[in-house]
Amino acid sequence: MCGIVGLFLKDKSLEPKLGELLTDMLITMTDRGPDSAGIAIYSGADDGRAKITVQSATPDADFKNLDQDLKNAIGKPVLMLVKSSHAVLEVPLDQLDSARSALTQLRPNIKVMSVGDSLEIYKEVGLPKDVAARFDVSKMTGSHGIGHTRMATESAVTTMGAHPFSTGPDQCLVHNGSLSNHNGLRRELIREGMTFETQNDTEVAAAYVSHKLKEGQNLGQALESGLEDLDGFYTFVVGTKDGFGVVRDPIACKPAVMAETDQYVAFGSEYRALVNLPGIENARVWEPEPATVYFWKH
Amino acid sequence: MQTFDLAARGLRELNQTLHSLRGGQTNETVWEIVNTRGSHAIAVGVDAPLDITVRGTTGYYCAGMNKQASIRITGSAGPGVAENMMSGTVIVEGDASQYAGATGRGGLLVIKGNASSRCGISMKGIDIVVHGSIGHMSAFMAQSGSLVVLGDAGDALGDSLYEAKLYVRGKVKSLGADCIEKEMRPEHYEALEELLRRGEATGKAKPEEFRRYGSARKLYNFNIDNAAAY
Repeated sequence: MCGIVGLFLKDKSLEPKLGELLTDMLITMTDRGPDSAGIAIYSGADDGRAKITVQSATPDADFKNLDQDLKNAIGKPVLMLVKSSHAVLEVPLDQLDSARSALTQLRPNIKVMSVGDSLEIYKEVGLPKDVAARFDVSKMTGSHGIGHTRMATESAVTTMGAHPFSTGPDQCLVHNGSLSNHNGLRRELIREGMTFETQNDTEVAAAYVSHKLKEGQNLGQALESGLEDLDGFYTFVVGTKDGFGVVRDPIACKPAVMAETDQYVAFGSEYRALVNLPGIENARVWEPEPATVYFWKH
Repeated sequence: MQTFDLAARGLRELNQTLHSLRGGQTNETVWEIVNTRGSHAIAVGVDAPLDITVRGTTGYYCAGMNKQASIRITGSAGPGVAENMMSGTVIVEGDASQYAGATGRGGLLVIKGNASSRCGISMKGIDIVVHGSIGHMSAFMAQSGSLVVLGDAGDALGDSLYEAKLYVRGKVKSLGADCIEKEMRPEHYEALEELLRRGEATGKAKPEEFRRYGSARKLYNFNIDNAAAY
């Protein structure tokens, strides 16, 4: 199993409630996967600033003066917000690459969860309610977000094995299922220059999509290509800076329910996850078709 | 009528209450279950001639293993609705998720909306009437009973079918292995008319609008000539 939730807002007036709605949805899915949980939230796009979300096993030591050290390294102002084991570093958009390479020098032990204009990712081992509380997710605002609660099958229960996986700027992917050709595909993607943090099958799917986007495909095309190249069971939910996509394998054993109103598009592994959304009684509720790509764009 | 608030009293109490009515004499034969909120395993294993209305949308396995009861779901049903039903009636006013009526041995399942993939998989005597369309791999290895679809059927309908009868009014995307179209004879029109009546679909469709599909009976026995194909 595994539980997925996703919310793509069309109505800006709901943006202050994104974190709260997603947290509630994710906690409802706890019994689909109690091993670890994670959340990806998109906010603050096109404000000229980029975000790097980092994670550390020893946050007190690693995050101490990190903003100052990074500022000295890139010569530009840096804003840091520490949340438990994670920290979000805001840098000028044009300094993203230099900041990222400076980070690996300054703090070799920290892990980069995500980089981009608007994406932040928080994930840890533990129950969704604990993970969400730890990062104060319910207070977060944003335009769209994806949550995942994991029952591990393909790799160890670790922070880096939790979902969402991010393998490109402002890109993230979560997965319910298991892939059977990820080892071969990982070798091919490594030859193409992609890098991997784990032995996890989902990270391969995320890197596959990132690689296709890098080649110039849009999200919908990348997911279409995935239907040809990814073998196994999957329901994927994918986020980009302004997009939100869903695809299921042709057998479509892994459950998925979607709801759409004038205000939002929502995804849940089960309908239970959607019951507290505003206006759900009158939403169009449907089950995504197998081997069919759905995607929405702001 | 007895009203049971699922959110207030919980699933275990609901099913234990319904199970306790088995076999005995009771006046509590009409039930309404409220605050379902997509919960799993609602009214599973009922074995008494009760009239149960489930208000709202349900999660996995609602009305599974039902015997005797008439259960009506006013919203949509999650995966495995009426799975392994033995007798009685289950009516879903909305849509049903995957494997609706799977392995059902008897009784009637009616889905007023659409059913998803694997509807009636391995059915063994249940009758299923779907007012909308059904998804892929429906009636896979279906052994007996009837599946009536007023809309369309997805890929691989009736793959590896035994003796279940499939009636589809709309388009069939593709037939599964060993499933073929068969002639509609007078007894089929008659049976279909009765199924449509019981399935609350009289007036929505006429028996002569349907095509019948069944087993070509070529996969029943192992054929040594096909050994290389396995």
